[in-house]
Amino acid sequence: MDPGFPVLSLLIFLPLLGVVLIALLPGKHTPTDWLVQNAPGNAVDYPKWIALGIALATLIISLVMFILFDRSAAGFQFVDEFDWISAEAVGFNVKYAFGVDGLSMPLVFLTAILSVVAVLVSWRVNLRTKEYFAWLLVLETSVLGVFTSLDLIMFFLFWELELVPMFLLISIWGSGNRNYSALKFVLYTVFGSAFMLVGFLALGVAADTFDIREIRHDAVAAAFLPAPAIFAFIMIAFAIKLPVVPVHTWLPDAHTDAPTAVSVLLAGVLLKMGGYGILRLLFTLMPDVGADADLALAIIGVVSIVYGAIVTIRQTDLKRLIAYSSVSHMGFVLLGVSALGVTGLSGAAMQLVTHGLITGMLFVMVGLVYDRTHTRQISDMSGLAHHIPLLGIGMVFAGLAGLGLPALAGFVAEITIFLGAFESQTAAVSVALTGVLLAAAYILWALQRTFFGPKDDNWAHLPDANHWSEFTIIAGLMALIVLLGVYPSVVMDLLEMGVEPIVESIETVVSAGAGGG
Amino acid sequence: MLSDVNLLGPELVLLVVGAFLLIADLFLKDRRLLMGIAAAALLGSILYSAILLTEGHMGSQGFGGVLVVDKFAVFFQILLAGAALAAVLVSTETLQRTPSRRGEYLALILFSTAGLQLLAGSRDLIMIFIALELTSISQYILVGFHKDRWSSEGGLKYLLTGAIASAVLLYGMVILLGLTGSTNLSEIAQYIAWQGEGKEEALILAATFLIAGFGFKAAVAPFQMWAPDAYTGAPTPIAAYLSVASKAAAFAILIRVFFEAFSDDLLADHWKTIFAVLATISMFVGNFFAIRQNNIKRMLAYSSVAQAGTLLIGLAAISADRSELLGASGILFYLAGYTVTNLAAFTVIVLVANQNGGSYDLKSYRGLGTRSPWLAIVLAFALISLIGLPPTAVFFGKIYLFETAVQSGLTWLAVVGAANTLISAAYYLRPVKAMFIDDAETEASDEVMVRPANSVIATMGLVTAGVLVIGLHPGLLINAAEAAVAAIFS
Repeated sequence: MDPGFPVLSLLIFLPLLGVVLIALLPGKHTPTDWLVQNAPGNAVDYPKWIALGIALATLIISLVMFILFDRSAAGFQFVDEFDWISAEAVGFNVKYAFGVDGLSMPLVFLTAILSVVAVLVSWRVNLRTKEYFAWLLVLETSVLGVFTSLDLIMFFLFWELELVPMFLLISIWGSGNRNYSALKFVLYTVFGSAFMLVGFLALGVAADTFDIREIRHDAVAAAFLPAPAIFAFIMIAFAIKLPVVPVHTWLPDAHTDAPTAVSVLLAGVLLKMGGYGILRLLFTLMPDVGADADLALAIIGVVSIVYGAIVTIRQTDLKRLIAYSSVSHMGFVLLGVSALGVTGLSGAAMQLVTHGLITGMLFVMVGLVYDRTHTRQISDMSGLAHHIPLLGIGMVFAGLAGLGLPALAGFVAEITIFLGAFESQTAAVSVALTGVLLAAAYILWALQRTFFGPKDDNWAHLPDANHWSEFTIIAGLMALIVLLGVYPSVVMDLLEMGVEPIVESIETVVSAGAGGG
Repeated sequence: MLSDVNLLGPELVLLVVGAFLLIADLFLKDRRLLMGIAAAALLGSILYSAILLTEGHMGSQGFGGVLVVDKFAVFFQILLAGAALAAVLVSTETLQRTPSRRGEYLALILFSTAGLQLLAGSRDLIMIFIALELTSISQYILVGFHKDRWSSEGGLKYLLTGAIASAVLLYGMVILLGLTGSTNLSEIAQYIAWQGEGKEEALILAATFLIAGFGFKAAVAPFQMWAPDAYTGAPTPIAAYLSVASKAAAFAILIRVFFEAFSDDLLADHWKTIFAVLATISMFVGNFFAIRQNNIKRMLAYSSVAQAGTLLIGLAAISADRSELLGASGILFYLAGYTVTNLAAFTVIVLVANQNGGSYDLKSYRGLGTRSPWLAIVLAFALISLIGLPPTAVFFGKIYLFETAVQSGLTWLAVVGAANTLISAAYYLRPVKAMFIDDAETEASDEVMVRPANSVIATMGLVTAGVLVIGLHPGLLINAAEAAVAAIFS
């Protein structure tokens, strides 16, 4: 699909345009300005309307791209590229190159959806709103950039760009021990990306290009570093981001102390950057090493699934509980990848999408509940469903989707992963199944303690969902989760298309290895 | 002979105007006029370098091969004069504080810059030593310029350690002269190529002394002891100038000496080891000491030690694989990016100190994001660049230098460098946190906001734009750096 104009650049940089608009237009406390006087609501409203407009515009663009996406053509579409840095004499060339394929298209769409959700869920933020919405939009640009970059250096650039908004969003608008959590998040990520950069440079030097489409795995063999070392270096960054046990400890802190919108984006799309990176970079560029590492990946995945689930059960803070459940759910991604087949890989990719929607929704619900109760302690809540039934419905729905109820999105992803991995990783799948059981346990138990149980009249004054922004989010996310549950192929087809070339190259190297040895 | 003088033009402009300023101080009392003259001299010097570049003087040697004008030298002449220009333009406050010694201050900056420029074009050990002394003596006075306790302490420490460094450098040069019978870099290179066998130990000893001497100027650990005190005591524009100009010129002469005189295969492996070890030490020492600092100037002093370590990665890489220009052009690119970045940071520090009565404590940055959002944004942007995050100049500088390391087989050094990025994030983010996150201790309303001078604002705008432009369109500077190093390595 060649649109004839740089639609991807437009998509990625539109949020930055929003940042400029927010920065230039008057913020609060300028009542003499007619623009502000005539703005909907009061002066403070201004930035959030811009942010919403921009987020909706990116959503529309990505929706149009999603529809126009050619489902019969392999490879990258909407490609938009030119040489950015060309220092031929010294061999340092970086391309400005964006493109989407079956793997990244759904993730781009997911990012656009959750950005709208993030803006809507922040509707009641009233602290330094100009900066807040500006940073949210910067975050959207950086995530979109990661999912669409076709050049390793560009990928790295956007990967790093996300740090500054996250650091400020958590430490200014967060709660609890927010400074600690923000710095922990930054340091963990920088630690990972330090190794990732070295890995990228080793790849780039060996292949003499940073273009993802041009690096061939046989070129990697000529690198100064052995290919498994490069794989491990880059894997460190993705493992931290995903996250997997034992490098997951930044996640509960960051999630718990972040504002709701940031938790939604963090769980919904930022974690996906790790899973996307594993598929797009590690398995595409180094399928041979990836194929050798299948058992290790399966073991790490299963440990994350089971350990994450056990730790989740023990949580007393509702938001922290959801955060830990992400560790468990992201373990499924690694398990699916370790299957090395189309089913397993597309299941892993599907898990990225569905978990983004479901956990995004769970964080929205927890955020809305917290706005009302001002506590997240499970023991403080009881029988909330009596007082806030609509939020109760949303929470129960998201919870059931999270535990993998059939006909909802989560089920599709998990069953595909199990189907894909069962043959090659039977033992791992058997152990991982306990994770599903534990997921049912922690979600149902948490729901029972908070929304059901004896009615507590302390909470009688709580207002139920009452604002149009809240209805929009809840209804929209519910509809998407049901859609993906009953008609998964709308996304699944794309993802299969995206992982097919990866699986082909894995099969080629595996059969070559078998033939040669 | 006249053509030789022509080659010396960029430096001569500075020396002549500097001498004039010393006298003009007696009858010209207007601060703006004096600053204007100094700035004009620096602009003239830049222009002269540009004319030498376009008029085809590249590669000409002057004064019997003592000086050379090549693209490499011109690159540094322009960079150094630009850094000096920024230092002059942000010196309004310093000049107001010292009404009777304005001419002296400006003249010393010009002399020091001339010395650094000469260093970049020197091809002879004696010339190197003279250039280094010209710049050092001017800098000793500049650091102690305020004559208060901290300034004097910094100046004296710089003078004493600097004297030792000069002595060490001179020992190295004498050994080299005794061995090779020449002070000219190309003759030394010839000697090493033909008769160097069996004299490796003596050559390495001499070269180590040279590294110590130049490393002192670049604030490479373990020769960095002067930097924190000198930066803290010096007038802030001088601290900015020291952190970028001295470092740039020191790296220029390191590249020149090691790849014109000592580039023989006989020795290259030793240089690789020495530079790689020094790089590692510098990065760790600089970054670890910087974490504990509460004074932003001291923090940036240690940060400059760490940055010198990062730059040494490039030197280690070219020593390992001299067929690649990448390492040297990486150093030049990084230096230029670091220069604009650090100047941006220091300009804000000057302005903040003007506002709050000369405090450099991190506490005084609390709430700056609400009091002066633009200053806070510029400083935050500069610090983000120093960490090496996009979209800034140092982001590409780091990628470029790490790539040189990977390309020449020094992957472990790239890992060390990347790991140090992590450590540095921990302290570079502290002022960001103070400015945007911590609440101000004092209410903003009871502070009298002084309107900064236009020259300072303009400088801040220019260097910040520089950080952003290099970060978004690095290709231009990369090409310039490549062309510059091709002059030495061809």
